[in-house]
Amino acid sequence: MSEAAILDGCSAPLSAPEANHAGCDARPVLRERGQREVFCGLTGIIWLHRKMQDAFFLVVGSRTCAHLLQSAAGVMIFAEPRFATAIMEERDLAGMADAQDELERVVNRLLDRRPDIRTLFLVGSCPSEVIKLDLTKAAQRLGAVHMPRVRILNYSGSGIETTFTQGEDACLAALVPVMPALPAGSPKELLIVGSLPDIVEDQFLRLFAQMGIERVGCLPARNARDLPAVGPDTRYLLAQPFLGATAMALDGRGARRLDALFPFGAEGTASWLSAAATEFGVDTGLFERIIAPGRERARIALSKLRPQLEGKRISFLPDSQLEVPLARFLQDELGMQLVEVGTPYLHRAHLARELERLGPQVRLSEGQHVERQLDRVRADRPDITVCGLGLANPLEAEGFTTKWAIELVFSPIHGFDQAADLAELFARPLRRRDMLEV
Amino acid sequence: MQLAVWTYEGPPHVGAMRVATAMEKLHYVLHAPQGDTYADLLFTMIERRQRRPPVTYTTFEARDLGKDTAQLFQDAAHEAVKRFSPQAIIVGASCTAELIQDDPAGLAEAMGLPVPAIALELPSYQRKENWGAAETFYQIVRTLADTSVVREPREGRKARANILGPTALGFRHRDDLVEIRKILDRLGVEVNLVAPLGATPQDIGRIGAADFNIVLYPEIADEAARWLERHFAQPAVRTVPIGVGATRSFIAEVAELAGADPTPALGDTSSRMPWWSRSVDSTYLTGKRVFIFGDATHAVAAARIAREELGFEVCGLGCYNREFARAVRAEAARCGVEPLITDDHLAVEDAIAAACPELVLGTQMERHIAKRLGLPCAVISAPVHVQDFPARHSPQMGFEGANVIFDTWVHPLVMGLEEHLLTMFREDFEFADEHGPSHLAAHAPRAMARTVTPDAHEPLAPAETAPEAAPAAPETIAAPGAPVWTAEAERELKKIPFFVRGKARRNTEKFAALEGRSAIDLETLYDAKAHYAR
Repeated sequence: MSEAAILDGCSAPLSAPEANHAGCDARPVLRERGQREVFCGLTGIIWLHRKMQDAFFLVVGSRTCAHLLQSAAGVMIFAEPRFATAIMEERDLAGMADAQDELERVVNRLLDRRPDIRTLFLVGSCPSEVIKLDLTKAAQRLGAVHMPRVRILNYSGSGIETTFTQGEDACLAALVPVMPALPAGSPKELLIVGSLPDIVEDQFLRLFAQMGIERVGCLPARNARDLPAVGPDTRYLLAQPFLGATAMALDGRGARRLDALFPFGAEGTASWLSAAATEFGVDTGLFERIIAPGRERARIALSKLRPQLEGKRISFLPDSQLEVPLARFLQDELGMQLVEVGTPYLHRAHLARELERLGPQVRLSEGQHVERQLDRVRADRPDITVCGLGLANPLEAEGFTTKWAIELVFSPIHGFDQAADLAELFARPLRRRDMLEV
Repeated sequence: MQLAVWTYEGPPHVGAMRVATAMEKLHYVLHAPQGDTYADLLFTMIERRQRRPPVTYTTFEARDLGKDTAQLFQDAAHEAVKRFSPQAIIVGASCTAELIQDDPAGLAEAMGLPVPAIALELPSYQRKENWGAAETFYQIVRTLADTSVVREPREGRKARANILGPTALGFRHRDDLVEIRKILDRLGVEVNLVAPLGATPQDIGRIGAADFNIVLYPEIADEAARWLERHFAQPAVRTVPIGVGATRSFIAEVAELAGADPTPALGDTSSRMPWWSRSVDSTYLTGKRVFIFGDATHAVAAARIAREELGFEVCGLGCYNREFARAVRAEAARCGVEPLITDDHLAVEDAIAAACPELVLGTQMERHIAKRLGLPCAVISAPVHVQDFPARHSPQMGFEGANVIFDTWVHPLVMGLEEHLLTMFREDFEFADEHGPSHLAAHAPRAMARTVTPDAHEPLAPAETAPEAAPAAPETIAAPGAPVWTAEAERELKKIPFFVRGKARRNTEKFAALEGRSAIDLETLYDAKAHYAR
């Protein structure tokens, strides 16, 4: 991929830049540096711990980390969590206590109280990274004591290294080395990569089974101790666009990525399923027959929402890295006009096919300088702005209709049967705006 | 290292944010990594604030660490001052920035900014949110108070007071303030300044012009009030007017300092709580066992109201902020209970389960605990939840606050007359008592009837608490080795109304264990009833 043109935030054209290059390589990207209004990677624990029900996430961090998890989770869900924070205190930092010994004490106490835990993730944070607390060493040392009952792994969800969904990427990448080996020369296997709600995962598994693709694994597996095998005969489909490090780790074990649109909307889902069908030699007629009912259901359901969204202008503020594929879906299948598509990090290879679809007038931005970005929103005046929870109410108070980005991460939105649910997430705030007379 | 699932208080820089967000024309430049901006949503979501907190985060990344994070800080400070034109800024570091030791104070000073830059030293690995708020407010007052202010003589003018302590994200601060202003108005006392809520840095300058201070929330304002006492010889009113009795003492204290007649304020005819509590319908409240936990100020006030104004029995009392534990210890002694001073919510859960209260008064954390244990609960203190910012006026302070407290605490209980009706009708074939009282539809009746399961002392156990996922814990679960219920006794137990059935079961089992009886028959059931009779 060639280096993208870099524009200065302040002098960037506010709408319809004349850039009209062919292909995505030359597409200008507005790169910004400044205050970011996004969560750190620790937040991924909130959905990962629900997905992997035998796993526990122990953040090694500060009171701020514990407070973040509680605030991010507390607003959204209420459940007894399988996560906790080992809060570092003055004596840990002053060297009065050996951090490794302290951590061992905390882990032993935790594992005594939770005999149901089979996998423990030690999750690094900003302070643990800054003081260079070696969690890899800790995981190895503690793992030697607690295996086979508990497997202990580590990754970093720190804000200085990861943005929001990159926490999941780091977690899954940590699982790849412990996946069993699929010996070369085995029958080809399919791997779905990225955590999906169980209901969506089951829909996809049913479709693949109907196509006759029998060997299908999921990463993460619902049981973290029951990981699928990986090797040169593994073909994988990314279900999420934020899994750069996981993909690299899988490539490192010989697996090969199947290129497709991400499975959002009828077209995205068809493209994603088709990539696997082609690779596994599924008969075209059979493939069409199997996906036809789902695609038709999605078409009918979306056609009801299209009138509400068609022609509406939308801006995405950077949040989850889902922005580019979601923008493609809203543009292609619902006729929305994309004003700005901001993303914390643009993975050009994984998003190449998505980017091809975006019109040349769409302003693509990477990174964030929140004040300048809000200035652009005020100048653009989109019909709906997708943003984080810290910005939504202030923007509403200024008269902008918003969609909380975090709901896109917490809701089932992939696949044919969720396409309309996904569209509804954008339609509802607009409908509400029109309904209210107060 | 301390193992924590939930915390009562955030880090100290969140306390500083609560002060900055409450004030006007003050900006906070916070040296912090990406992700610390999560704190914004506390204000915009929980409190539904219409503006972002006035905080600029430097947002440094791993790749900046080897290079110049100090420059990042200075750039952010320059930009913030230029963009927001504050009258003053406060500068500090979050937990991670504290470790890289960039010295925001020194950096800000070296920049020669056109506005005062107040440096905050908030040790993240020792201190917590309330302390951070108190320290921030103190530093702001100390730096910005105009020490040349001389109070005019009292003759021929009204007495003036500062109201100190209300912040953003405070438990009912918005509404308490309305009630306090009402009282001061009745006493003919002028409000010189309210701070931090709504004050600008320039307003803080004239803090010395007041005759005395009202310390509304000691957790936040006490430190500053002590300094003001020394530097401006301003006495402080320290009675926190939560409850009828405390409100009366507060009025007397303010009247004394202001040289005013307390009668009009004391005669507030909207004070209904005393009569509501004396009305015969409230007889059933007598001796209800309540467990109280919160910040020290609210917990102590709640204990006093429970004892003196509602006739409850306090069966547990504690606070999470050690700094103010002394008052809790004293009040616990008056209640005859062991004070529980801890910020470990697992310890609080154990204590609640052990105390078998009939009502829990706590924070959002205790609300969750009470829900798990199937106990009625009312929230009396921060940490706050979106429900603690109701659209309606809902103070805790003053006579109206006492009215609100009466309703809030009494409604989760089964009401007096209803208690009798349930007893009367429970054997009617058309009456299903597991449906629970009609006014408590929000409480799943199933949960109301749940007993403390044997693993309640294993609080990290994966107890599913989402309503749809909650497996109905069968009432018949018995701890291993516990006495066995005979079928006859089990049937008799079912005749007891659901809202006391759990307690009856626990008491009977405890009694049987105490007596060494291996089976619980009818005799044991009634022996236990007699044993625990009050």
